[in-house]
Order: sequence, then C-alpha cells, then structure tokens
Amino acid sequence: MSSTVIRVNGKAPAAVEEKIPVLPPPVWVDGNPSLREITDDIAHPLEGRPGKGWWICFGVAFAALLNLGGMVTWLFAKGIGIWGLNNSVGWAFDITNFVFWVGIGHAGTLISAILLLFRQQWRTSINRSAEAMTIFAVMCAGMFPAIHMGRPWDAFFIFPYFPNQRGPLWVNFRSPLVWDVFAISTYLTISLVFWYLGMIPDLATLRDRARGGIKKFIFRILSLGWNGSHRTWSRYEIVSLVLAGLATPLVLSVHSIVSMDFATSLLPGWHTTIFPPYFVAGAIYSGFGMVLTLLIITRSTMHLERYITTRHLDKMAKVTMLTGMIVSYAYLTEFFSAWYGGNLYERYHFINRATGPYAWCFYLMVLCNVITPHFMWFKKVRTSAALLFGISILVNIGMWFERFVIIVVSLHRAFLPSGWGMFYPTIFDVGILVGSFGLFFTCFLLFIRALPMIAIWEIKGVVAHGAHKMALSSEDEEVAVSA
Amino acid sequence: MHSKFLVATYSDSESLLRGVRLAREKNFRIYDVFAPYPIHNLDHEMGVRRSRLPWVTFVVGCLALTFAVIFQFYTTVLDWPLNVGGKPDNSSLAFIPICFELTVLLSGLATVAALFLRAQLYPGKKELLFAEGVTNDKFALVLRQRDAGFDAHRAIRLLQESGAERITEKGVEP
Repeated sequence: MSSTVIRVNGKAPAAVEEKIPVLPPPVWVDGNPSLREITDDIAHPLEGRPGKGWWICFGVAFAALLNLGGMVTWLFAKGIGIWGLNNSVGWAFDITNFVFWVGIGHAGTLISAILLLFRQQWRTSINRSAEAMTIFAVMCAGMFPAIHMGRPWDAFFIFPYFPNQRGPLWVNFRSPLVWDVFAISTYLTISLVFWYLGMIPDLATLRDRARGGIKKFIFRILSLGWNGSHRTWSRYEIVSLVLAGLATPLVLSVHSIVSMDFATSLLPGWHTTIFPPYFVAGAIYSGFGMVLTLLIITRSTMHLERYITTRHLDKMAKVTMLTGMIVSYAYLTEFFSAWYGGNLYERYHFINRATGPYAWCFYLMVLCNVITPHFMWFKKVRTSAALLFGISILVNIGMWFERFVIIVVSLHRAFLPSGWGMFYPTIFDVGILVGSFGLFFTCFLLFIRALPMIAIWEIKGVVAHGAHKMALSSEDEEVAVSA
Repeated sequence: MHSKFLVATYSDSESLLRGVRLAREKNFRIYDVFAPYPIHNLDHEMGVRRSRLPWVTFVVGCLALTFAVIFQFYTTVLDWPLNVGGKPDNSSLAFIPICFELTVLLSGLATVAALFLRAQLYPGKKELLFAEGVTNDKFALVLRQRDAGFDAHRAIRLLQESGAERITEKGVEP
C-alpha cells in the first residue's frame, strides 16, 4: 500500500513541471479596439467643434493669462517693489513659483524617458500629454527668473554670447544661478525635441486624414514627409532610446541644480546636502500630482476613458505615494540634522519653522505631503478618479507651500534678529501666480484641441502586440499563449 | 530613372511578417515595409542592420564636453579672471554641471538632426505613400522591380500566398 503512494508522488511533479503558469499580460487599453478605431478615437476630438466645457475652461484660463500680461506690464513699469519683497525677504513668490513650475515638469520627462527605458507600457497612454505639460510648466518656470530681475530687459545677460558686448567680462560659471540657466534651457530644448519627435508619426496620420486645405498643409509641413517606412521606424526607435537615455540624467540634474541655488548658500534651512535628492523626489511628487489633475479632467471631458483607464490612475497613484513618502523622509531628516548637528542658527530655523509666524504654512505642507499620500494605500482610493482628483489638488497645494516654507521661512529670520522681517504678499504676487496658471492651462487647452493628446502609434503598438510580446521574454511567450 | 515597385497591402501585421519571411526565403530583396507603428521583430525578419546613429551621439557628446571644458576654462582663467568669493580661477568642480548640460544638449540635438538627414525628413517634403492607410491601419510590403532577374509572376504568387489583401504595381518618378 505504501509503495503505490510513493509512485503517485513520483509522477505528480513531472506533470506539473510541463506547464509553468505565467501571469496574464497586462491590458492597457479597454475593449480591444482595431487600429482604425484607435486613430478615430484619438483624432476625433481634434476634428469636431470644442464642447461647452472646453470653452468655459479656456475662458477662465485665458482671463488669467490676460491678467498675467497686465500685471507683468505693470511690474516692468514700476519695478519689483510692487511685490511684497523687503530687505529680509528678497525672494518670495517669484522663486517659489519658479521652483514649483520646474518641479511640475519633471513628471513628464519621468514618464516619457525613464519609463521608456524601464519598458513600462502604461506610459504610452499618458506620455504625450505629460510631455506637453512639461514644456508648458518649464515655460511658466522660465518666466519667473526673467521677470524677477530688476531690469528684465537685460535678461539676456545671463547667457554668455558671441560677440561679447560686455567687454571681456563673462558670466560667473562658478555660480549655481548660471548652472540653472543652462539646465533649464537644455531641459526645455530637449523636452521640446523629444515631444516633437514622438509626434511626427501621429502628425503624418492626421495629415492623411485631413481632406485638404490649411489643416493638411500645416500637418504636411510638421510631419516632414513621414510615410511609415520601417527603415525609418527602425532608426527612429533607436534615436528615441538615445534621447530617453540623455533625458534621464538630465531630468535628475535639473532639479538638483535648482536645489543648489539654495544649498550652496550659507543660510540656515538652505545650506544642506540633502537638497538635490529631496528636490528631485518632491518634483516628481508634484509633477505626478499635476499629471493626475490634468488627465482626470481630460479623460472624462474628451471621452478617452478607454485609453486612460483606472489602471493607469492606479500606477500614477503608486508613484505619487512612493515619492510622497521620500519627501516625508526628507522632512524628517532635515529636522534630525538640525537637532543632531548642533548649529544654533540651524536649530532655531527649524523651531521657527514649526512654531513661528509661518507655522500654518508648515502644517499645511505636512498635511498635504506627509499625510495625504497614505490614503493611497487603499486600492479603492487609487482607482477612484474623484478621490484621486482631490488628492492631486492637495499634492499641488502642498508642494507649492513646501517651496514657500523653504524660501520665505528661511529668509525671514536668518542670523541677526535685527535683520528679521515678515513677508506679506501683495495683490501682484498673487495675481502673477494665478496668471502663471492661466498661461499653463491656456497652452494645455490649446494643445488638446490642436494635437493628438495620446500617442496614436504607441497605443497601436501596445494593442497590436497584445502586450505580452514586449512584456515577456521570447522564451516565456509560448507558455503564455498555451496557458 | 523611373522605378517600378510591387506593393502588397495587408491588414494585419502577422500576414505582413509572413510575407516578409516568404519573400526573403525566395531571395527577394525587400525594398521597404510601411506600417503605422514599428512592428516587433521586423528588423530581424527584414535583415535591417542596427542603426549606427548612436555613434553620432557619442562623437558629438565628446566634442561638446571638450568644448564646454575649454570654453569655461578660457573665459574664467585666460580671458577675464575674476575673484569671486576667493574661489580659484580654475574652479573645475564648479564647471561640471555646465559641462554635463552642454554635452546632453548638443549630442541630443545632433542625434535628432542626424536622424532627419539619414531618413530624409524635412519640412515641406511631399510624402511618398505606397498604399493608402499605411499611417492608419494598413501595412504594405514593397519590392522593387529593378534587376533583370525579377520574376514578377513569382513574386505576385508568393505575396498572394502570404495573405496580401491587394497587390498593385506602382511607378515612382524620382
């Protein structure tokens, strides 16, 4: 009797070994649309007339943009005295907004470059709009250093150029502010090129859909004669990979360099080595917050839920939660180093941060950036568009206040109490901040009307290859098919 | 220099791949394949060599790095040395960020420019579409009827076998 049992046991594993179960490949587009349906779905919003919702959003955004134009004109006429700046607080909303907008841009490059290198296919539905967001955010960011100069008409002095009309005097290459000029302009240029390059095949698709007239003419110029040749596709894919490889260290360098504007100074609260990684994590956190805000609105108003599914929202929520926790860890580390380092001024700064006159900003920041991410442990929250929308707004508010706390709270009580002061924003501070949102949303709303906001060709690749060919190695493929 | 082409249109990538494989087995040289997205594994089936464009990135990157080092050294040490906070004229560590940024900027732009040159993409170019819908939902396999040994009948039979939807002849003026 015992011998039969042994035989059964000996046979059973051999049968199991034949079929190694493989996880089913992820599906990133609902309803398995045909190639033609994909083109129609994504190109459709560009061909009809915009809906009422779009006009309302555009009206509000454009009004804010006009307000920006007016306020910046007044700023140029009167000087930066119309802001609430004073001798103690020489940087406030201007640089806060600058760091905030640069940070927003980082999610776009993360999605388009880093996730491309990691072969994350969920990026294909969101990369185009995230890259557009990057470009518009960096435009908003670039505006602030220019307008906060006393003489903005001399803003070109920050670039070294030939022939050098300042005599032989050059910009100071040892200064992080000059590094910043190079970092931001490189970032804007490379992002723009990457975005445009990714769009060429889709522009060709739109060109061939257009029946003629001005639309066809414009798309023909922009699509550079693209005809879908595979020899070109082959080169194109290599170049995309190369650009992704270049953009990956670039995106990490940009916010590191922005953080060095602060970290290389001696001011308590700024003078810390943790700044570069802390700023990069914060940038990705705030950027994903903004991507969520934008995509949750556009997927429902443009009826693209099939392509931007709740599974995409879930992935983005996870990245947001992770980076939020890295940011929280950085907050803790800052407090720990202030206490453990024993520097009197550094210690006072952190006591002042938590108990001083701007403590409410600090606690608002903690609420938004330390507590909020933890709601996303729950799958129900991560897959609910409404809840995620609320969280994304809190993330944006929290990250704006983080920069405000770092910049203004550090400046307002630095070393000598005789140099202490308070900063109160004027209507021009607030108006220009609101106006920068106007610029951002006007650009974004025009983008979703004029250009394909989802990469048509990338979605086709993901759908047609049934995801598993790229997700699994070729050896696993047959098992997956048979299972 | 009038060229004649044989164009087979497919509506799915599997039959296209079958066509490519059959044509290569029977020693036809594939002029090109046109598709709305890059088809997985088609490089290998067509016998397309891996692009050498990354060399452009590397070479231009090296040149840009050299330029950035020399430029910063020349301006701050030779052309106008300026004492800022007692830092040495040749503060080479402080030059690293700009060296990095310029390397990325110039090599990235050069790579894209090289792609446009190599693939002959430029604004205002009139697109050469071998079949309707290759930027939407169709796939086209194109053979060139160039050499004297080109057996058109055999090629058409072969393409039909592979599941082509339509087979047409197309003449292209250069």
